[in-house]
Amino acid sequence: MPNYTQLDPMEQNQQQDQNRATVLCCNCGVPMDGSTGLTMCYDCIKQNVDITQGIPREMSLSYCRNCERFLQPPSQWIHAQLESRELLAICLRRLKGLNNVRLIDASFLWTEPHSMRLRVKLTVQGEAFNNVILQQTFVVEFVVNAMQCPDCAKSYTAHTWNTSVQIRQKVSHKRTFLYLEQLILKHNAHADTIAIKETKDGLDFYYAKQNHAMRMIDFLRGCVPIKYKKSERLITEDSHSGTAKYKFTYSVEIAPICKDDLVVLPKGFAKSMGNISRFVLCSKVANLIRFLDPLTMQTADLPGSVYWRAPFNSLSDMSQLVEFMVLDVEPTGEQRGKYMMADVTVARSSDMGVNDQEYYVRSHLGAILHPGDSVLGYFLANSNFNSALYDSLDTENLPDVVLVKKYYKRSNKRKRRNWKLKRMAREKEEIGGDRSGRFSKTEQQEEEKAERDYEIFLEDLEEDKELRQSVNMYKANDTTNAAVSSAPESDSEDSDAPEVNVDELLDELDNMTLAK
Amino acid sequence: MATRAQFENSNEVGVFSKLTNSYCLVALGGSENFYSAFEAELGDVIPVVHTTIAGTKIIGRMVAGNRRGLLVPSQTTDQELMHLRNSLPDSVKIQRVEERLSALGNVICCNDYVALVHPDIERETEEIIADTLGVEVFRQTIAGNVLVGSYCCISNQGGLVHPQTPIQDQEELSSLLQVPLVAGTVNRGSPVIGAGMVVNDWLSVTGLATTAPELSVIESIFKLQDAQPDAISGSLRDTLIETYS
Repeated sequence: MPNYTQLDPMEQNQQQDQNRATVLCCNCGVPMDGSTGLTMCYDCIKQNVDITQGIPREMSLSYCRNCERFLQPPSQWIHAQLESRELLAICLRRLKGLNNVRLIDASFLWTEPHSMRLRVKLTVQGEAFNNVILQQTFVVEFVVNAMQCPDCAKSYTAHTWNTSVQIRQKVSHKRTFLYLEQLILKHNAHADTIAIKETKDGLDFYYAKQNHAMRMIDFLRGCVPIKYKKSERLITEDSHSGTAKYKFTYSVEIAPICKDDLVVLPKGFAKSMGNISRFVLCSKVANLIRFLDPLTMQTADLPGSVYWRAPFNSLSDMSQLVEFMVLDVEPTGEQRGKYMMADVTVARSSDMGVNDQEYYVRSHLGAILHPGDSVLGYFLANSNFNSALYDSLDTENLPDVVLVKKYYKRSNKRKRRNWKLKRMAREKEEIGGDRSGRFSKTEQQEEEKAERDYEIFLEDLEEDKELRQSVNMYKANDTTNAAVSSAPESDSEDSDAPEVNVDELLDELDNMTLAK
Repeated sequence: MATRAQFENSNEVGVFSKLTNSYCLVALGGSENFYSAFEAELGDVIPVVHTTIAGTKIIGRMVAGNRRGLLVPSQTTDQELMHLRNSLPDSVKIQRVEERLSALGNVICCNDYVALVHPDIERETEEIIADTLGVEVFRQTIAGNVLVGSYCCISNQGGLVHPQTPIQDQEELSSLLQVPLVAGTVNRGSPVIGAGMVVNDWLSVTGLATTAPELSVIESIFKLQDAQPDAISGSLRDTLIETYS
């Protein structure tokens, strides 16, 4: 008892008076306090009043099955995952009458995706009578109607394009296009493109307007040495009003000289480029082509426009490279940029254990070569070239071997990279007419070749810091990848292979495969 | 006896009718059902009269009256007045009132002995009420509302007042009226009691929306369970005479 303080009986009475039930609930007859202004008890209000009356319980959503986007009326199509916030926002925006009540909570109830139904549980608050707030929970079912969005409909319609840009490079590999793809992605140069088609030796870009195509060509001109030709085709003509409709095609050719190609320069070019030796390596291809004399480390730039005045082909390309083993390196001390002149003694890897043939070569790779390394080079001693330019060269003074780049042996494990690139979605032009469902042999070979090219391109990126700067690289967040890299490396053979620093990588923003 | 009725889809029966112990007024309407509801209960006891007041149907709000008399607003036409005079018993005095607050039903609430009136009503009107209806007149408000006729409904047996009327007010009013009072509602929670129902000593008519709990409150406070028209002349009358003699 001492814990309780006795209330003054008068005070108690007053309190009772205030709380006394003065009226009966008009619905159930329960005694209640009439001074609140309510004539119905809370339970009856809850039972009788529906604040969600104006809100429909069944709605429909439009969904494009092809691009997997939802329609947000009037005309916006939005990517939204099932049960995502974006989808919830779309659903709630569709609901009429929600502005009369206060939305407290909304969540998805799980539904089988194939049922094409979305169930959203809503909790709302609203005023039932004057100053009586009710909270109600209810479920709205959305029926997902599949349809085709205007963008998809357009993409399925033939002859929507007005201008096409056909980019071609007449070389045996696709590395230039892989690089170009990354450049286009980085600069978002494909924004206006309607469709991208992969063809033999190149890519076709389709545009709705001619100036979009011109923009693309301007972009290309800044990236690679190109020349282009415009042609047009009459589609319709109205002789009365004098109007005609054309389709335009820009045929763009990229110079067939790639990085690390062996090139014999025409006499005139060599003379005009600081009297460089005619026998050079191509060290860089941008909107100009940079040549490097491996014997003197002299470099010279050939602008694309100048190249196309008198185009020439490379003598030998990367596919002809032969692996050599470095036996000895004697730097001469001459250095220019990242290159360092050295006298290198090499032997063909395939000769090892067969004969003792050694080659004493002057090379610009002195800075990175060490005895025991593998190096790739052109083996001129046993090469036959079918080239007029080569024939015009004084072949007496040519070296037997031209070293091009260091060769890093990569185990299969190393193929797991900690980075990846974005790819563009594109369709393949069917070249072979007969398609019986499975891949034909040539197609399979082409597939393999493309994969090999891509692999070489990725290795190039790893080795060339300069190249990396022009490309957006993203972190690969595979869980398996982390496990592999953390495992102790058993073979130290490839430990010196260059890797991409994590600092250079970008966080993955969204889906890596780009939709058109 | 408590019944429910509707006047042309409206539950506000107190607007369209006036019920006292000696006569009943019913508005002229499109349907005779409403009239029949009264006629069925009252036909052989007191006259049930079709009428308009000043050409309107809202007679319940325009007139005030009890067993002894009937007050009509000044706008009432001579023809209407003559019709009422001809239809009502001779014992009922009919009086026109020159009052600014012309909706007498809204500003006057009375039984056969006491009347509660709007605080701003004119003195002459107050005197006319006292003379014609034979009642004591009190200027009052119901739960802060000046329209006492709208927010309460009393008979000689009891009274129903606005649901927000505090207990103290109820007790005060009850001591003035000398009848028990209760706060309540009609027509599923409507606080406008006077407009929602009419009552005399043995019959109440409420709107069709009135719920069973509301009806049971009305039956018990107006003592209508076994009330008969002639009960008034029996035991009750004696006690009343005793009280007011």
